[in-house]
Amino acid sequence: MVLKAFFPTCCMSADSGLLVGRWVPEQSSAVVLAVVHFPFIPVQVKELLAQVHQASRVGLTVLGTWCHRRQDAEEGLGHFLEGLGAIFSHEPWLQLSRERGGKLWSCKATCRQGPPGPAAPDEDQVMLVFYDQRKVLLSQLHPAAALPDHQAGDGMAGAEGLAVVFDTVARSEALFRSDRFDDGPVRLSHWQSEGVEASILAELAKRASGPVCALLACLLSLVSATSACRLFQLWPLSFICSKLSVCEQLRHRLEQLTLIFSTQKAETPAQLMRKANVLVSVLLDVTLGLALLSWLHGKDCIGQLAEALVPVADHVAEELQHLLQWLMGAPAGLKMNRALDQVLGRFFLYHLHLWISYIHLMSPFIERILWHVGLSACLGLTVALSILSDIIALLTFHIYCFYVYGARLYCLKICGLSSLWRLFRGKKWNVLRQRVDSCSYDLDQLFIGTLLFTILVFLLPTTALYYLVFTLLRLLVVTVQGLIHLLMDLINSLPLYSLGLRLCRPYRLAAGVKFRVLEHEAGGPLRLLMQINPLPYGRVVHTYRLPSCGCHPRHSWGSLCRKLFFGELIYPWRQRGDKQD
Amino acid sequence: MEDERSFSDICGGRLALQRRYYSPSCREFCLSCPRLSLRSLTAVTCAVWLAAYGLFTLCENSMILSAAIFITLLGLLGYLHFVKIDQETLLIIDSLGIQMTSSYASGKESTTFIEMSKVKDVVINEAIYMQKVIYYLCILLKDPVEPHGISQVVPVFQSAKPRLDCLIEVYRSCQEILAHQKATPASP
Repeated sequence: MVLKAFFPTCCMSADSGLLVGRWVPEQSSAVVLAVVHFPFIPVQVKELLAQVHQASRVGLTVLGTWCHRRQDAEEGLGHFLEGLGAIFSHEPWLQLSRERGGKLWSCKATCRQGPPGPAAPDEDQVMLVFYDQRKVLLSQLHPAAALPDHQAGDGMAGAEGLAVVFDTVARSEALFRSDRFDDGPVRLSHWQSEGVEASILAELAKRASGPVCALLACLLSLVSATSACRLFQLWPLSFICSKLSVCEQLRHRLEQLTLIFSTQKAETPAQLMRKANVLVSVLLDVTLGLALLSWLHGKDCIGQLAEALVPVADHVAEELQHLLQWLMGAPAGLKMNRALDQVLGRFFLYHLHLWISYIHLMSPFIERILWHVGLSACLGLTVALSILSDIIALLTFHIYCFYVYGARLYCLKICGLSSLWRLFRGKKWNVLRQRVDSCSYDLDQLFIGTLLFTILVFLLPTTALYYLVFTLLRLLVVTVQGLIHLLMDLINSLPLYSLGLRLCRPYRLAAGVKFRVLEHEAGGPLRLLMQINPLPYGRVVHTYRLPSCGCHPRHSWGSLCRKLFFGELIYPWRQRGDKQD
Repeated sequence: MEDERSFSDICGGRLALQRRYYSPSCREFCLSCPRLSLRSLTAVTCAVWLAAYGLFTLCENSMILSAAIFITLLGLLGYLHFVKIDQETLLIIDSLGIQMTSSYASGKESTTFIEMSKVKDVVINEAIYMQKVIYYLCILLKDPVEPHGISQVVPVFQSAKPRLDCLIEVYRSCQEILAHQKATPASP
């Protein structure tokens, strides 16, 4: 197998020294982490390696020598370097060298033990792969490789292939802690961080974050305890709370805030990303909500809205009245059963009249209610949207009632028709066996059954038409509410922090690697540059998507059509813990 | 070592195959697709603008014309950035893996790298494409669960679609490198 040497780009201009890193025998690859410069004492180098091994459980060894010299430099250095191979024994022993100021590289790997011959890798078969140490250190591979077992020591059987390189670099952070200006016994050359910029505000924020988080966590736990108390489990309140989407959204937000302000540190990178995403999402939500609030209160929009609300409700009620009058006449040229038509029409008209009176009763209080409700926008745009959705639901409650009445009537009719149709054919539904059985009816049963069947059949068009019209209206309202919920879902579940990270620091989220072949001189080794291949945006959203409220339509199109045909009531969103009707 | 030869794709368009032998264990094949033809671009633009002008004469709304210009520009940019592939490259490195790069007309490059441990073989397969039977080169990936199974088939040169003669060249080179891989077992 071709021997691969992973060499950090930051060490390309380093002085001559020893190569320190990890050897992976299964893939015949040597991951160089740092270069130890002269002068050094071999015992101290070995001590340092042992220290790092204990801290990070990565098996570091001296892999070979690195020679960066002028073309006409003394030969003594070369011999000295070869002699080092005797002190630090490692199979195979790498000898990398580079001409200072030139582009000539050379790479040799020698095996001391073992028979020399075709099995030993010769110069043509060593590959140099350059990698950017800082980027590989900070990046995270997706899909995440199986976490290596921390107790297994040098085992690390989980990572395979190139994930081994990432893993090695990430775990050897203990090695990178020494600074080039440090005066330690051993001088190392590797990735140096440029230091963290110190800022008083940042330091203060860090110190204050601990107690602030603890305080907020206490407050939040208090709030959630009060909301879970027995008072809210009593029947009317719990029913209303389960129907209103505001309560669902507030509960969701409370959970998210508890997650952010919890005093536990995030253990895995996935948890950290989740926390960051939730924080950014909440901040964006609150910002948008405050913008909406300022817009609403700024131009006296609330007053205008309140003034416009009652006329709009009136207008809708008037349109419904016209619709009912139309149905009571000859709608679309169809001939309805006059008596049933008049009964249904008058019933719905009276219901509408009650509704309009109710709206007129409420009209003086609407502005004040709207003003207080508008204040809730400071909790977030999603809360404001959920309140809007609930207001729409409350204002179109009469359409919902009409739909329920029409659907129930239609359902009863369909049930009656199907049962009498079975009677007409001489069959019966066996409840015990849940199947259709033949049955012999008496003559008078057959007579009355057939009569009722005929009556129901002739009354079917009228009921069906009312059902159709009100179902369409209800579906329209449901669509509007659905769009609002979709927008809320989008704000809730979009992982903005991950998207921002992908935009600004693409090497942090890596889907894989890509290679570029660098200039190749004849006789020199093959040189490749390994770069990080960032994750595509679609996969970022898919991997880091936050869980949303859960108010999703549960039906497939087929079951929806079936329910509509048989007159069963459709509940577009099932809140958590609701029973099916 | 580099050489260039000219082949044709399944529709008869001209393709240029560039082969680079960096070392006995690393080879690169670069297929350049035919460029965006001025004729088709002009035809599409004229069609869109004529339709917009027709709508304008019906509606007398000048927004339609500006919208048509906007749509044409956006459509062209989107096509160049997301659809039109200029060059497809296959880089095969012994004991590291196989890398496929597609460069789009706007300069964007999308790369996929498959590690050698996952590659089972590189084969030429037949497929029914619309009314034709075509040959395509594909990489077979190993199934982690079953040792003799195949988990995925990854086709190569999907937008260039070269003919069999070009594929045979690439296939022979890939097999030479994969033979090294199979000759030296993984663990020493």
